[in-house]
Amino acid sequence: MRKGPVMILLPCPWCGPREATEFAHVGEVSARPDPGSATPAQWRRYLYLRANPRGWTTENWYHRMGCRRFITVERHTETNEVRPAPAVTADAGPGERIP
Amino acid sequence: MRMGTNGGLRKPGRNAYPAKYSAAGLFGRGLTSQPWPPAWQPRPMKDSYDVVIIGGGVHGLAAAYYLAANHGITDVAVLDKGYLGSGGSGRNTAILRSNYLTPEGVRFYDRSVKLYQRLATDLDYNVMFSQRGHLTLAHSDASLRTMRWRAEVNKVEGVESEVIGPAEVKRLAPFLDVSAAARYPVLGALWHPPGGIIRHDAVVWGYARGASAHGVHIHQNTEVTGIEVADGRVRAVATSNGRIATGAVLNATAGWCTVISDMAGVAMPVMTYPLQAAVTEPVKPFLSTVIVSGTLHVYISQTDRGELVFGASVDPFTSYSMRGSLEFIEGLAGHVLELMPALTKVRLLRQWAGLCDMTPDFSPIMGPTPVQGFFVDVGWGTYGFKAGPVSGEAMAQCIASGATPGIIGAFGLERFGEGELVGEKGAAAVGH
Repeated sequence: MRKGPVMILLPCPWCGPREATEFAHVGEVSARPDPGSATPAQWRRYLYLRANPRGWTTENWYHRMGCRRFITVERHTETNEVRPAPAVTADAGPGERIP
Repeated sequence: MRMGTNGGLRKPGRNAYPAKYSAAGLFGRGLTSQPWPPAWQPRPMKDSYDVVIIGGGVHGLAAAYYLAANHGITDVAVLDKGYLGSGGSGRNTAILRSNYLTPEGVRFYDRSVKLYQRLATDLDYNVMFSQRGHLTLAHSDASLRTMRWRAEVNKVEGVESEVIGPAEVKRLAPFLDVSAAARYPVLGALWHPPGGIIRHDAVVWGYARGASAHGVHIHQNTEVTGIEVADGRVRAVATSNGRIATGAVLNATAGWCTVISDMAGVAMPVMTYPLQAAVTEPVKPFLSTVIVSGTLHVYISQTDRGELVFGASVDPFTSYSMRGSLEFIEGLAGHVLELMPALTKVRLLRQWAGLCDMTPDFSPIMGPTPVQGFFVDVGWGTYGFKAGPVSGEAMAQCIASGATPGIIGAFGLERFGEGELVGEKGAAAVGH
């Protein structure tokens, strides 16, 4: 069996470390093209294509049973270890990277 | 292109098999204590093959078998990083059905059920297919509407399905709580008589045996570490046991489909989720159908040994981890007891997880890719096992002829760029 935490704790900047069951998984962070100028092909790539890495990934979670804000974390998809994403200080919308 | 009604499945010659399985043979070997020959032959790995299939599960082995049996292409290697059937093929809940929502989906899965019906004869291997009927429960008006829709699409495609009321549900599954007092009352169900369960390991072993008898090489414990592509064509596959030169590679993996496709530089609209399942201690046979509840995210069947097998929806977040969780078991037990309160004292034997490659439209991705010679049979989400035979047959035809067979025409990778999705969420998943 692979090593990794038994309980997954997510570092919520407002509530502290909380169990992953309090959160809704929003998914991989990807850059959204400008809806006004994106071609249909670009828009579909943004909608459908994912990196889905086996390893560290940057993703958004929604703290639905807590502060109800979106947070960004880095998680290892094989061990489920979690570490805070660099420079997480503000709300991240679904699918949008924090500047 | 139409698939032949008889599938063009030539039965391999009797002496091609290592041994002919029969009752008389069993009796004879019982008397003489003569051991059975191995079901498939281990052979040394060559440094080149016509076709390399990555993934030794039901999809990969079926494709290898049909390449050899239907198209005479026997210079084929099947690679698996573990043992045969160690991935999704040995972790699913072994349910077969064809009561899908889209005409493309219904035709495709119906072909698979028909192949499964005669698989034991085709492979000379007992796959223990039991067509005991499949009940999908409706707990809301919305799901009842979807079931009427599914029943009508099924009937048009010639697949037996009908919507039945709670009294009929009770008659088919007397242990179900269909009272109005239930937390989620059963309003009706989609009854699908051709559905059932099968021994999933036997399907894998049967295809491996059949493929090996035709000369296909099966290499277990061989992990693919890279795919060489030059001028837009596949040239070779790098493995943990050496390099294999080849012009055709089939990615038939589940869980690792993006990892393998990335090696060839093909981006996939796939996210990998674990799906957990559990099995109870054996009890007397009392459940003669497969029970599915989308609202309660659970499906239940009883094996020939008497164990109850429970499946569920995928975990709530993506992961390549196959570790089980306590939250899952708590939720699952609660949902099962909503349906069958009589099971309170039954103990769970074990739980496990498998990996599911989820696509945006809950349909698979099959066919060629922009890299010439790199074929995919992936994105099988939570519904891959039931499609093993038809996928193998269609992918074998695709690789042999270079043209995509009509039966999988709707499932190409290009549909995501063109926006032509095949939405099966209403019929493929229980987690919605």
